[in-house]
Amino acid sequence: MPISAPRLIVDGLSAGYGAVRALDQVSLSLEPGETVALLGTSGNGKSTLINTIMGLVPPRSGTIFLEENGVRTPLAGRRTESIADLGLALVPEGRRLFPRLTVEENLSLGAYRGAARGQRHERLAECFDAFPALKQRRRQLAGSMSGGEQQMLALARALMSAPRILLIDEPSVGLAPILVSRLIDTIAAMKARYRLSVLMAEQNFHQAVRIADRGYVLVQGRVAFVGRTADELRNSALVKTYYLGT
Amino acid sequence: MLIGGYAATVAIANDYYFYAGYIVLQYVVLATAWNILGGYAGYVNFGSAGFYAVGAYTAAILCLALGAPLPVMILGGGLAAGVIGLAAGYLALRIKDVYFAIATLALAVVVQTIVDNWDYVGGTRGIYVLHPHHAIGFSNYPRLLFFTMLVLAVGSVVVARSVEHSRFGRGLAAIRDDEHAAESAGVPTLRLKLMAATLSGILMGAAGAPFPYFVSHLEPSSTFSLAVAVNAIAMPMIGGATSWAGPVIGALVLGGAQQIATVTISSVLNLLIVGLLLIGFVIFAPEGIVGLARRLLR
Repeated sequence: MPISAPRLIVDGLSAGYGAVRALDQVSLSLEPGETVALLGTSGNGKSTLINTIMGLVPPRSGTIFLEENGVRTPLAGRRTESIADLGLALVPEGRRLFPRLTVEENLSLGAYRGAARGQRHERLAECFDAFPALKQRRRQLAGSMSGGEQQMLALARALMSAPRILLIDEPSVGLAPILVSRLIDTIAAMKARYRLSVLMAEQNFHQAVRIADRGYVLVQGRVAFVGRTADELRNSALVKTYYLGT
Repeated sequence: MLIGGYAATVAIANDYYFYAGYIVLQYVVLATAWNILGGYAGYVNFGSAGFYAVGAYTAAILCLALGAPLPVMILGGGLAAGVIGLAAGYLALRIKDVYFAIATLALAVVVQTIVDNWDYVGGTRGIYVLHPHHAIGFSNYPRLLFFTMLVLAVGSVVVARSVEHSRFGRGLAAIRDDEHAAESAGVPTLRLKLMAATLSGILMGAAGAPFPYFVSHLEPSSTFSLAVAVNAIAMPMIGGATSWAGPVIGALVLGGAQQIATVTISSVLNLLIVGLLLIGFVIFAPEGIVGLARRLLR
């Protein structure tokens, strides 16, 4: 029984901080069930884009909306908690756990939104099933875990809100290569398990492209390249110059 | 505990204990109230004296203008301070950390300036608010006030404890740990902060409401006192700010020590003791007595 996720559409979005224009007329879409990679090196607007979709950074112009059965729900101008209520969840850059709360408390805070609260216990059991290491450490303070475990917790916390669309910001930062590879596999597995749409900002091109259906390359706040398939991304001259310096 | 408190008002002959006990219990309420915003959510309020005074002056006005009975004074004082808490929260909770602390301090100064210049409540000269002669069920009125404050203390601790163990309390803890993350996890941070600021204000106002009867002559300098502002912060910090027990322990230990110091050494040394203890705890046991005890028991 497929759960229908809405389409996420970003159209002509600009945003910035003070005099800095971090996003310039960015348009993209995320179709139901897709994994879309948001590529680009640090400082090109990937995080700003994700944070703007989530309502943490106000847009200056352009629109963001969900489209489901022909009905459009605008996101711009809503508070973050109401965006979360529409089924979007964020795995923030740098994990941003609640370090002095336990693993279990972190997880239950993920299910704070109204729609998720009722299924909190089932979700928690599922999370522990999917991440056995977290079950073992359920009473441990989140801040005392290793980087890899913390990233798993950040992912599990986002899944606790029963999202339909998962936004993941730079999951690989600060992790050893073997852990990055394992994490990317976990993201793909969770995406399949919960039938999510995933928008993932990632600097690590090779790892991101492994699970992405397609992707966008952001350069200085603009969409510089649209890869309609993972192969197109792999074979793009721009991507090669940009990432590999060749 | 309430029965024990009442039995004490019958059994103990010396009135002084009830004056001292009233002050200590008042600090239990204030410290507990401060902790809901300061300890649970991590928003430091330097303006406790302002909320306390709003409670005291509202109660005095209700008494003088309408002849309201004590429970109505407490309710009115609490509500007025709660409204100030909500309003201040709305303005100030959009700013964080040290800026929030400064804004609350400024709020207390604004309230004091208004009171200083308001003739109806006597301005800086103050105003007499005499308590009724008869205290039904008690041998004198100060004992009734002591018992009233005991009820408020128990009540505020019950409120704080239920907040701590609720979804609301978990949301506040998330705000304290990482507000940005709390927001992206879907915690309605602004709403929770407003609720905490309002609740904290209500309890502070309620703590101040019986004060006019307690002192008989209500005037700004003792109502907006440094002792209230400092103790409301120091007691939870010394007791341990993350659980309801912290401010209670802090208020009993510190409030008790101050009362003993007042009669044995000097009344001006009070705040010095608080200051020294606070410095000591911040350096050596930042999680307070509760945190220290937990560490030793582990």
